[in-house]
Amino acid sequence: MRQTDRHFKFDWITIMLFFMLAGFGWLNILSASHTGEIIDYFSFTEFYGKQLIFIILSVVLIILILSIDAKFYERFSSVIYFASLLSLVGLFIFGKSINGATSWYDLGGMTLQPSEFAKAAAALAVAKYVSDLQTDIRQFKHQIRIFAIIVIPAFLILLQKDAGSTLVYGAFFFVLYREGLPKIYLIIGSLLIVLAICALKFGVVITMFITAIVVFSYYFSKKKKPSFFQPVVTLTIALLISFVVRFTYDTLLPFHQKDRITIWLSLEKDAGKLEKMKKEAAYNLIESEKAISAGGWKGKGFMEGTRTTGKFVPEQHTDYIFTTVGEEWGFIGSFGVVLVFVLLILRILHLAELQKSQFSRVYGYSVGAILFIHFLINIGMVMGLIPTIGIPLPLFSYGGSGLWGFTILVFIFVKLDSNRINEW
Amino acid sequence: MRQFLLFLSVILVGIIFTARLFYLQIYNSDADSILNDNAIRKVYDYPKRGFVYDRNGTLLVANQPSYDVMVIPREIEPLDTLEFCKLLKIDKARFDSQLKKAKHYSWRLPSPFVSHLSKEDYAVLQEKMRKFTGFHIQKRSLRQYETTIGANVLGDIGEVNNRDIANDPYYKMGDLMGKQGVEKSYDSILRGRKGIKFIQKDRFNRNIGPYKEGEFDTIPVQGKDIKITIDSDLQAYGEWLMQNKRGGIIAIEPSTGEILAMIAAPTYNPNDLVGRKRSKNFNKLIRDTIAKPLFNRSLQGVYNPGSPFKLMNALVALQEGVVPISEKITCHNGYKYGNRFMGCHCGGGPRDMVLGIQKSCNAYFATVYRRILDKDGNASEGIDHWSKHVKSFGLGKYLNNDLAVGQKGRIPNRKYYMHAYPKEFYSTYTISNAIGQGEIATTPIQLANMIAAIANRGHYYTPHIVKSIEGETLPDNFTKPKHTTIDKQHFEPVIEGMLQVYKKGTASSLQVEGLDICGKTGTVENFMKIDSVKTQLTDHSIFVAFAPKDNPKIALAVFVENGYFGSRFAGKIASLMIEKYVNKTITRKDLEKWLLTHSLENEYAKPYSGEPFQINRGSQYQVIPMDEVIDLPEESNLKL
Repeated sequence: MRQTDRHFKFDWITIMLFFMLAGFGWLNILSASHTGEIIDYFSFTEFYGKQLIFIILSVVLIILILSIDAKFYERFSSVIYFASLLSLVGLFIFGKSINGATSWYDLGGMTLQPSEFAKAAAALAVAKYVSDLQTDIRQFKHQIRIFAIIVIPAFLILLQKDAGSTLVYGAFFFVLYREGLPKIYLIIGSLLIVLAICALKFGVVITMFITAIVVFSYYFSKKKKPSFFQPVVTLTIALLISFVVRFTYDTLLPFHQKDRITIWLSLEKDAGKLEKMKKEAAYNLIESEKAISAGGWKGKGFMEGTRTTGKFVPEQHTDYIFTTVGEEWGFIGSFGVVLVFVLLILRILHLAELQKSQFSRVYGYSVGAILFIHFLINIGMVMGLIPTIGIPLPLFSYGGSGLWGFTILVFIFVKLDSNRINEW
Repeated sequence: MRQFLLFLSVILVGIIFTARLFYLQIYNSDADSILNDNAIRKVYDYPKRGFVYDRNGTLLVANQPSYDVMVIPREIEPLDTLEFCKLLKIDKARFDSQLKKAKHYSWRLPSPFVSHLSKEDYAVLQEKMRKFTGFHIQKRSLRQYETTIGANVLGDIGEVNNRDIANDPYYKMGDLMGKQGVEKSYDSILRGRKGIKFIQKDRFNRNIGPYKEGEFDTIPVQGKDIKITIDSDLQAYGEWLMQNKRGGIIAIEPSTGEILAMIAAPTYNPNDLVGRKRSKNFNKLIRDTIAKPLFNRSLQGVYNPGSPFKLMNALVALQEGVVPISEKITCHNGYKYGNRFMGCHCGGGPRDMVLGIQKSCNAYFATVYRRILDKDGNASEGIDHWSKHVKSFGLGKYLNNDLAVGQKGRIPNRKYYMHAYPKEFYSTYTISNAIGQGEIATTPIQLANMIAAIANRGHYYTPHIVKSIEGETLPDNFTKPKHTTIDKQHFEPVIEGMLQVYKKGTASSLQVEGLDICGKTGTVENFMKIDSVKTQLTDHSIFVAFAPKDNPKIALAVFVENGYFGSRFAGKIASLMIEKYVNKTITRKDLEKWLLTHSLENEYAKPYSGEPFQINRGSQYQVIPMDEVIDLPEESNLKL
């Protein structure tokens, strides 16, 4: 169908899922942010009014993106990437601080967050570099360059104290792994996470004891006995990492981040203190879980959520927008949102796999991975599965930059996809 | 393989999220109902509690305003504890303990902090209340007893406890509910239904506005007034006569089953259990385990009925046709069965039924009882038959009435004796039942009801305390007669016997001129374990009566613990109460005076003295001078 009828060459499933999320997201922003009786849909002072305008403007943006030739994105990916880096660097001079993060440009009346656009730029750059015929991802030299492409914007964002957005760049790991990054990265990465959690939860001594048992039994189970030197080195590295993790947790982390991890892993032994800590540091989390919990099967109904109306959950229109879904639409609505997200991501990944050009495939994969990380961290955090990390729910959370960032991210891929039967 | 990592991760995360949602929203759901949603403030509006009137329309119980200081621990901000304590007239220790108690109940629900402030304290506090965030004042209504009598009838209200809340979710911490008496049995009618306003809060606990424009708000429903069957003049008179005595009196109107008086002695002033002094006074009352002022002897006191039960045996014998009325049975100052002997004080000689009742002859009734049991030659069947007749008078079972407490008593049947006599069973084994001793146990209200059934010649109405409820009709249980298994014609000889008790018999000294009273005395042996030795105490004085003989207006049972023989205390009280109720005036002031000046307190002290003591000695009564006796209340002002 798509191949025969040129008018409908775009993947309408993706577009439909995209607008389902944006539309449903807007309804929830409306519920979470309206005050009083009168609803002025185009009010510039209310969040829901602004978001509606953002959504309308994003349609304009989509038409623009789709009307540009697909080749443009590949050809100008480096330019776009460097422009985005420049916009991130510019923040150090012209940036405006909101909630402690210096991530915004003040454009008189409205603010723009370049980090939201940097994701798309980074995805283009990674796609461009990986798909280059001369690039061999198995070579360490090339791996270093790709890491640089990813780490530079991530680092700039971290410097602006937006840890959540930095984590998103972890999405590219999935992309690189798909494109042939050696398995050892996956293994080491997973081991590092396990090691870090163990070190926090059980302390360095017990962790090292367990590690020693694992390492030695691994070495001695091998038929060809290696030198005794290897396990000792491995252990030393593990010990070093454990200490670094502990040290970071104990002294380097700011208090609020430390508390989040303490609560997440129940690191505080004194149950009373932990309770108190939860009351103080995890107010958001408690209120957010309660609001979701209060929904039950069917929820309290649109605009009927008492906790939403009473604004019990802070930042409910942005990072905690999912709690509104939980309270007002219940299990049915929340499950629906999770399902639509999963379908959207899977659809994009599926389309990516269909691409003939490696550029399109890598880019599409990046889009899916970035959406996935946002989805994972945001909903996981709101439901108390992972520590509190400030990151918006794509298309759902209030915010023009975020919405447009994702619009650009997704629709460049829609454009690339529509062009996949054309010659490159 | 490589392309599946992200695919599978996405699906896995989707599944984990769904599971978590299921856990939060379904499995462990804390789904808000409007009542437990902490985003909605519930403001209660307490209705007026219904008033209680006596049968003549005299107001007995009304209301007075009271102010409770409530606390929501979560909302407390640092405060000047010293000043606050001073305003509330409490010390710091009390402040801390109350706060701890409140926190234990709930951090976010209001708990009473200090209850029942007086109007004056409230006025001072009200102006400064805004300084103490987290505390607020809840206006409630307390009871105001217009009388000092009838504590055991009226009961009291008190704060609900956790068990009450668990039993009935209507109640919230700090609510008041009936705890005893009429307040308890008619709580749901008297309390009405509290109104509730739902107010949307924000997270700073500020009111935003009514929740859904007040769609779910309810307005309070006023409690209904009730009229009880008590005649407060008679009640007051009975309580007055029972000074310095222990026991219970129940007076019933036979034609309706309405309880005219329900006296339990010793008693207390119902106003003692109102407001802030309630818990202190209540503890004092409940800790008196010897006199037991909270123990309603007229309903809960289980005694052997003694001789009044002979009336029952006479009726059963007539119904079963085992003893012709005129048959003379000779008493040899006792009854010999086998090689055992049951003594009799009647003086001996031939007795027919009327004379048997009049003289309360033990030998006559022993014969009658044996004939009932042995009618078909099988005492096992005989006693079951007898038991069924007796139970048809409401004895040995709960009366199923509207009083807060009650006791079943005991009318034995063959099954009951199975343990003691597994094989053979003869009528002589239970011969004590013939004279109301042995295994028979009744409460004063059951005995009064039995007399009412006799007065009605064969039926009774379940004795009840409610006369009318505003806008409601009484249940059938109280308005439909319950018929006994004894035919109407068999009552006349028994009633004639009871009349003769007054005319010539054991109560001949207690006649009221111009009034045909039918009665029966009782003198009941009783025992107590003193240092684990079963010791006999002075007999209980019992009297049952109804009057007048035709168209009876009152039937009553009087129990005076350790009052010696029936006519000595109980008989006098019964006679005076009948005169009071039927004739409205008392002619025998000397009788009245004798009762008031004779205290049984030193009789009650005997078992606790630790010394050997004599029983059944009329000369040992404590005589108190008349000027120390509390005056009888004026009829318009029933305050003793």
